[in-house]
Amino acid sequence: MIRFLARRFLWFGVAVLAVVTVSFFLMRSVRGGPFSTERALHPAIEHNLAARYHLDWPLWKQYLQYIGPLNLDEGRARLLGGDGSDLFGGVLSGDLGPSYRYRDYTVNAILAQSLPVSIALGALALSWALLLGVAAGIASALLRGGALDAVVRLTATIGIALPNFVLAGLLIVALCFTSTWLPPAGWGRLEHLVLPAFVLGAPFAAYVARLTRSGVLEVLSQDYVRTAVAKGMPPRIVVFRHVLRGALLPVVSYMGPAAAGVLTGSLVVEKIFAIPGTGTHFVNSALNRDYTLAMGVTLLYTVLVYTLNLVVDVAYTLLDPRISLDEA
Amino acid sequence: MSLSTQRRALELSGALDTALAEAASVRGQGLWQDARRRLHANFTARWSLRFLLVLTFVALLAPLWPLPSPMALELAEVPQAPRFIPPWLPGWKHRVTLHFHLTEPVESRELLFRADSALAGIVTLATRVQPEVFHGSVEGRLETIEVALPYREEFDPQRGSNIEELVRTQLAGKIENGRLLLRNGGAVALAYAGVTAQNGYWELNRIDQLLLDLRYNLFQFHQTNSWLGTDAKGRDLLARVVWGSRVSLQVAVAAALVSLVIGVVWGSVAGWLGGWVDTLMMRVVDVLYSIPFLFVVIFVITILSQYRAELAENFGIGHLTAFFAVLGMVTWLSMARVVRGQVIALKHQDFVAAARLLGASHTRILWTHLLPNCLGVVIVYLTLTIPSVMLFEAFLSFLGLGVEPPRVSWGLLASDSLEALNPLATTWWLVLWPALAMGSTLLALNALGDGLRDALDPKLRS
Repeated sequence: MIRFLARRFLWFGVAVLAVVTVSFFLMRSVRGGPFSTERALHPAIEHNLAARYHLDWPLWKQYLQYIGPLNLDEGRARLLGGDGSDLFGGVLSGDLGPSYRYRDYTVNAILAQSLPVSIALGALALSWALLLGVAAGIASALLRGGALDAVVRLTATIGIALPNFVLAGLLIVALCFTSTWLPPAGWGRLEHLVLPAFVLGAPFAAYVARLTRSGVLEVLSQDYVRTAVAKGMPPRIVVFRHVLRGALLPVVSYMGPAAAGVLTGSLVVEKIFAIPGTGTHFVNSALNRDYTLAMGVTLLYTVLVYTLNLVVDVAYTLLDPRISLDEA
Repeated sequence: MSLSTQRRALELSGALDTALAEAASVRGQGLWQDARRRLHANFTARWSLRFLLVLTFVALLAPLWPLPSPMALELAEVPQAPRFIPPWLPGWKHRVTLHFHLTEPVESRELLFRADSALAGIVTLATRVQPEVFHGSVEGRLETIEVALPYREEFDPQRGSNIEELVRTQLAGKIENGRLLLRNGGAVALAYAGVTAQNGYWELNRIDQLLLDLRYNLFQFHQTNSWLGTDAKGRDLLARVVWGSRVSLQVAVAAALVSLVIGVVWGSVAGWLGGWVDTLMMRVVDVLYSIPFLFVVIFVITILSQYRAELAENFGIGHLTAFFAVLGMVTWLSMARVVRGQVIALKHQDFVAAARLLGASHTRILWTHLLPNCLGVVIVYLTLTIPSVMLFEAFLSFLGLGVEPPRVSWGLLASDSLEALNPLATTWWLVLWPALAMGSTLLALNALGDGLRDALDPKLRS
């Protein structure tokens, strides 16, 4: 277990370093630098800006400053920035630097503001996807061949195929404009969450329903389930205690990719429903060439996805004693 | 030899003949024949395949169909509200527009309308076609009068039309000191400002241009009405859906090519060589796999768009090509994994050992013995990769990072439709039709993928 974790963390470090390095050099290779606008700046202002963001340093030194916990700044940022903080400790010490577009905001501050929103949305989407997906999957497997089964399978197939922004458009027309049950956009009240979370979770609910259905069907034909039924257990207990534990293993392992998918999907969903989350900031930063912010979000999401995958893998071994992490 | 034995021998040989004939008529079924048969027996997969073939056909020949322009026509000064036009009413047409510049403000609206009809009369005299007249204003001030004709080659100055001369000759008698004299007194100060011909398409490649010419020859300037309505800029939705499908098709081809070339080579080399090479190559895949790709791709696209001019000048790579290349980067990872697994499973089989004993080289073994055996898995994964990449493209275009106007893709259509939505006028058709197009295509691809997987799975062989 420990060896496994250590190895995973090592490769994780490599992945993160690769992302940071490649995006840093891509970012710096951009012609004209991050502050080139249509309006020509006064040379003195340009000089000060370059000094504040260390753009006048050689590239290797900028890179070390960006990643390293070492602060090569020698107080220059404080002198020029004038905000009294020791700007920019480097990515490794958790400081993602200043935003290039939002004056007086650091990337960390923007993320701290927007991440809770995105996480609330994502968690809600995932949990309803899990709940509905598992319930529909179980029902459809137990009533195999029936009308409900057919409906669930059809809905699941459509749900997987339909992109979330298409679903969002259809639902907005139906639920916000044709009938005015839900608000089409915004953030702050509970009903603002309903539609985005539904749309965001829909494809995953569909996939979970499929996985659960095939899982349950497979476990139902196992000997130990027959034994449990034969010794007179009530069906409810057989399903919940014996069948589900085995049947949900694929669902658990799907949670890693699903979480990544929810983060990705939130980019679009946040844009559609005007939700002030990290996804919106990321899209805007990409359009505004706010490189540090774009890179900060990329890094953060890389870390999040990796951690979630790790948690899923560990949970998997806890649920299924046949699987050991060290062999993998 | 007695007669009876002779007869027995004859009978026997007859039986042998029938047996042989019977044996000859029995055909062994190869994997591919069997797969084809089973795919054909699968109702959903069969119809999905047909649907996709029709879609491909329609998309490939998009310039040939007599559809309205998928592009915004810069005509009316007031943006058109999206309309759900009943199919029997005509929609927008491609146009040749004559521009007249108003050099001084017009005193009254009445005078303006009279100038309009005078200009329309002049153009009708020159071309024998009744034009439509529009006004163009800059910052609320009336600046131009535009006289629009339906697009025809004979009016297009770029195709050698002398329409300008005709109009100038007609104008010469009616303009004095830069003022157009109107019939019942009064004059409007204007100057002829030139002609623009919009055939309604962005820069097309040569084949598309040929198709477009063919279309003009086949249908002249007849075109369908706006069967699916128009969008917020007066563009025909059906045409946009059809032209948008081409991008999805291009993305599918690009993704298929990249995952075939890089994914298959990467996976087979890693699986075949094994050892530390395998570990290293698969670690690279793992590391790439653990990165949320959409974010990196968006980042890379943002950077690339800064180098647009350089890429186009030095390498001849357009924005769209670069976009497809970046999309392709994402697709090969799972293909590499799957091919590697298949190669490892196959490489200890006897037929590989036999090939090696016979002195076949690495490339020969890989190329002629292993890869054909991977083909089934490769095809199945291709059909699963393609819908996800199409989705990816739609995602990026939706976010404004992919295909750029005036070109159109399904993702752009979806984002346009959401932008046009408002509580006063529910433009449901803008949402519904692209959604149907995209949903049914992805559904068909998924169904075909599932069908192929079942058909190529030897375990399910009957």
